[in-house]
Amino acid sequence: MTVDLTADLGHGVLLPNPVLTASGCAANGKELHRLDDIAKIGAFVTKSVKRDPQSGRGTPRMAETPSGMLNSIGLQGPGIHAFVEHDLPWLRSVGARAIVSIAGESSAEFAEVARALVAAPDFDATVAAIEVNISCPNVANRGLVYACDPASSAEVLRLVVPEVPRSTPLFAKLTPDVTDITVIAEAALSAGAQGLTMINTLLGIRIDTERMRPHLFGLTGGLSGPAIRPVAVRAIWQVYAAMRAGRIPTAPIIGVGGVRTGEDALELTLAGASAVQVGTAIFNDPLSPWRVARELGDLLHARGIPRYDDLVGVAHDH
Amino acid sequence: MTTTAGDRVHSVRAEVIAAAAAGDYRHLVFLAPEIAAAARPGQFVALAVGGDTSGLLLRRSFSIHRVDPGTGTVEIVVADAGPGTRWITRLVAGEAVEVLGPLGVPFPVPDEPTPCVLLGGGYGSAPMFWLAKVLQDKGCHVDLVLGAATQDRLFGADLADRVPLTVTTDDGSAGITGRVTDPLSDLLRTSGATLAYACGPMPMLRAVTQVCRPLGVSAYVAVEESMACGIGVCMTCVLPVVGADGVTRMSRSCVEGPTFDGARVRWEAIADGRVAVPGDCLGSPASLAALNHAAAQGSSR
Ligand SMILES: Cc1cc2nc3c(=O)[nH]c(=O)nc-3n(C[C@H](O)[C@H](O)[C@H](O)COP(=O)(O)O)c2cc1C
Repeated sequence: MTVDLTADLGHGVLLPNPVLTASGCAANGKELHRLDDIAKIGAFVTKSVKRDPQSGRGTPRMAETPSGMLNSIGLQGPGIHAFVEHDLPWLRSVGARAIVSIAGESSAEFAEVARALVAAPDFDATVAAIEVNISCPNVANRGLVYACDPASSAEVLRLVVPEVPRSTPLFAKLTPDVTDITVIAEAALSAGAQGLTMINTLLGIRIDTERMRPHLFGLTGGLSGPAIRPVAVRAIWQVYAAMRAGRIPTAPIIGVGGVRTGEDALELTLAGASAVQVGTAIFNDPLSPWRVARELGDLLHARGIPRYDDLVGVAHDH
Repeated sequence: MTTTAGDRVHSVRAEVIAAAAAGDYRHLVFLAPEIAAAARPGQFVALAVGGDTSGLLLRRSFSIHRVDPGTGTVEIVVADAGPGTRWITRLVAGEAVEVLGPLGVPFPVPDEPTPCVLLGGGYGSAPMFWLAKVLQDKGCHVDLVLGAATQDRLFGADLADRVPLTVTTDDGSAGITGRVTDPLSDLLRTSGATLAYACGPMPMLRAVTQVCRPLGVSAYVAVEESMACGIGVCMTCVLPVVGADGVTRMSRSCVEGPTFDGARVRWEAIADGRVAVPGDCLGSPASLAALNHAAAQGSSR
């Protein structure tokens, strides 16, 4: 029996397998390509890019935690113009399918970044979808994260949607650090997002007990890794359940959070994810995006399940 | 002088061939023929700790002590600095460990015979013996200085059989009492060295650069920043480094380093276990605020 691992992200976007990289955990492709062919990954999700070059924060930017880590990178990156000039052509040259993650400090900046991306000569050939990272601070709203507020989330999407052709679906990336994630999901989808990516990191702090001061230069950091997998499964579950109940518009969900093995990917899928990203696990095993896809295929084969897509949200039926 | 930024990185499950105490450290030899064949002095390897289901996810990086392409072995020197490195110090012959390598940019080696001084602080001396041999094979005269807080924290004083050696310790338990940089100016003068290579803690690398610069000596330093991945994807091991274009960028020490021209590192931003972003760094919060301010002024007129 051959297993069909095709993942369906809607709007005609089909991926040869459902395992993607997570934004910010694989840079923009060149580094992982030194280990294996990134064109074989379901889709390569790039580091969130803003309008201008960003230095990111001071260091320490990272703290190890039980089965995870905190990071406080500060979206270091080249800015959209350098991205379009250097990174996108490179991704195209190796035949990668890219999902480009965009960010901004204002909703207007998100729209500006989207416009520059869509205008890029390599856009049609390389960009399968756009991830809108609304889990970042809104400077105009005292630094409150967009995805913590339904109105700010909707405003970003409203400004980005007209910039992007309908055939390139927009996935809004949500934070689990909210009272009711289905409210944010509804706001983003009603404003024109064609899918959701869940979850971004959870906010944490570590204190250096030797120096008796906060460990991270930026004080707070985002918690990621296997430690947060149950939170990701819960968030996907709640939003998928709300879609099934007709409480919010139905759209594909890309699951992310703590995936390390094929079985982990299956767990997020059964909760309602149509594809799955691997983030922090890459730091432990840089070959994990390829390995997780292989393990998932083997798992389905062993269970006699012919099609991955048939498993999306199946745990809600049992 | 070439870099290996685009070369293949190998991910291998390596068998430990030998493990032994070396002063306060653990000297580990493992079998990784692909890495041994390609590695050069100054490069490093990143080890996973605790096995496939470990709750410690981040890689631990170690400067390569030496390789033997003939036998396919790679050697590192490990200090027990926490639960992850402790797991590595407890590995015994016959066990396996996940290793990534070779990683990073090696020390640049001159094409012509050039007198050099090599300095190693603590286990930072690990790559220096291999580097000394490579330089000597090129006809370079090499002086070696090893320093540490105490004799137990010196590594490799017995390995310097073919190199003139000076030893320093902070407490005087071996060699000259003082810092590794204390004998440096005299050595540079007497040997006529125009190149220095150093590996060790940040304050030492800064001090080496400060001694070398006024004398017109190029100092190449290998930094030990904490890294999560070792391969350039996590963006945690950055340092402010001035590029060839004169612009300072937060540069990843795993792929743009770990060896840097000391004169290009913005040492003043590095202190007390922290690295600040210099105001004139590309994309710094200060420079972006100025940019936005200028834009706002422009649009209000
Ligand atoms: C070092 C690091 C950097 C990250 N950078 C970004 C980013 O730029 N944009 C984004 O949307 N998410 C970013 N994330 C979040 C991940 O994409 C992902 O949502 C989160 O880490 C949970 O997945 P994981 O447990 O598999 O890592 C980052 C995570 C880490 C650990």
